Amino acid sequence: MELKTESKLEKVLKSGQLAVTSECGPPRSADPQGIIKKGNMIKDHVDSINITDNQTSVTRLCSLAACVHLKQLGLDPVLQMVVRDRNRIALQSDLLGAASFGINNVLCLSGDHQSFGDNPQSQNVFDLDSMQLVQTVRMMRDEGKFISGDEIKVPPKFFVGAAANPFADPFKIRVPRLAKKVACGAEFIQTQCIYNIPKFEKWMEGVRERGLHEKVYILAGITPMRSLGMAKYLRRAVPGMDVPDELIDRLAGVDKNKQADEGIKFSIETIQRLKEVKGVAGFHVMAIEWEEKVPEIVEESGLYPRPVIE
Amino acid sequence: MIVGEQKPFDEIWEMVKDHKQLTVFGCNTCVAVCHQGGNKEAEILASLLKMRVTQEDVDIEIVNGGIERQCEHEFFDSAKALIEKSEAVLSLACGIGVQFMAMKYNTIPIYPALNTTFLGDVIEKGHYTEKCQACGDCVLGITGGVCPVSRCCKRLFNGPCGGSANGKCEISKDLDCAWQLVIDRLEALGKLDDYEKVTPIKDWSKDRAGGPRSFKLEDF
Repeated sequence: MELKTESKLEKVLKSGQLAVTSECGPPRSADPQGIIKKGNMIKDHVDSINITDNQTSVTRLCSLAACVHLKQLGLDPVLQMVVRDRNRIALQSDLLGAASFGINNVLCLSGDHQSFGDNPQSQNVFDLDSMQLVQTVRMMRDEGKFISGDEIKVPPKFFVGAAANPFADPFKIRVPRLAKKVACGAEFIQTQCIYNIPKFEKWMEGVRERGLHEKVYILAGITPMRSLGMAKYLRRAVPGMDVPDELIDRLAGVDKNKQADEGIKFSIETIQRLKEVKGVAGFHVMAIEWEEKVPEIVEESGLYPRPVIE
Repeated sequence: MIVGEQKPFDEIWEMVKDHKQLTVFGCNTCVAVCHQGGNKEAEILASLLKMRVTQEDVDIEIVNGGIERQCEHEFFDSAKALIEKSEAVLSLACGIGVQFMAMKYNTIPIYPALNTTFLGDVIEKGHYTEKCQACGDCVLGITGGVCPVSRCCKRLFNGPCGGSANGKCEISKDLDCAWQLVIDRLEALGKLDDYEKVTPIKDWSKDRAGGPRSFKLEDF
């Protein structure tokens, strides 16, 4: 299959093998060592690593700089870009900057509302929305043009991703919404953390009915629960997160010091079950501030060793 | 209509307390509908200020008045004498009225008694909700008559985002998700397929971003 970019993620996906990505959150400081440490910790177990962009609207070291640090380690970072904080001038500018460092993947997102973060008084931008950002990245790459129509002499070559949350409402437009992102040019999708497996499978059924799984690579989102408290918190406080009673009961049914193990076990079981779902092209393992568990999850799920890409 | 809310009383007091004379001046159209800035509210606010004057034992003469609209010249005729002899005016109009009066009466300080909050409707008695941000390029024709600019907290043109839950917005369980409303309405109109039309990148130069806006009718 024809490759559009130098992205390792693209190569793995187009080789027909299940891809594995993970994510790292940058620090709230100017010290890059944390991100370098996290990158080294998981690099042999994943194909590409997302760097979050001021997630939950909390000010952090920027995604672009953190991606550069990973790139310098020889890894394949995924630049997450939210449209909350930058207008089209800044977004396009950062895309050129990222491409100049050899960053090959971008994930286009809306971003959490700033009221969740450390600066609820800030202005938000939303000059573009996430779909329009997908269109923009594709136009820059494929047509060599800025939004303005001006020519880009050396276009940035990004493998373009977007998010999908099958658990947000209204459910009936969640497949059409994916179709819309695909129409805008999304080439890979990373989903919201999956805890309600039947609902995810139902969504995938709709995806297959429309043949969308043949047009976009869907990476299923996996986040291990560290504790019963985390599960309850995600259910209560994170809109669009679906944590079923059965999982809560399962975590509540083991000793407190065994809940983390049970959470990991659930993640591994989820991956093993979803591997069988037609149209799932890989897994996005987001172990939030628990990156040291990524190798174990990947190995136990039978996703290790990772393919070697020339 | 334009909706406003009275500023905290202490903030108003701090603005006006050093004058010797003050006219508290209502605007009896938009901001009267929301019971914040009409001529009746001007009278009540003047009474509260008079009480504060007594409490603080200071010397400020406070009178009140008002007109129908503080944003058009012709309405000022009836209040000309009152305003011209005022040392300062506390206007209960929206920001437009306050500026209009400040422009008309260059040497008289005009203070805002209200925070102008939004362009909205009266959803039920005593309850006002934002419905428009005057973006200058209306998209209601393609969004089922629900405005994503003013009603989606991320002003998404191709929503909803992943934070829409049970019809509510991620920022508050008291706030409807605008895109849930768009979808419900498209469905009611039998046009749910239109949801998949991608709304192109918006021209924000027609919005505030393009600088202060005006338009002029050549025939007048």
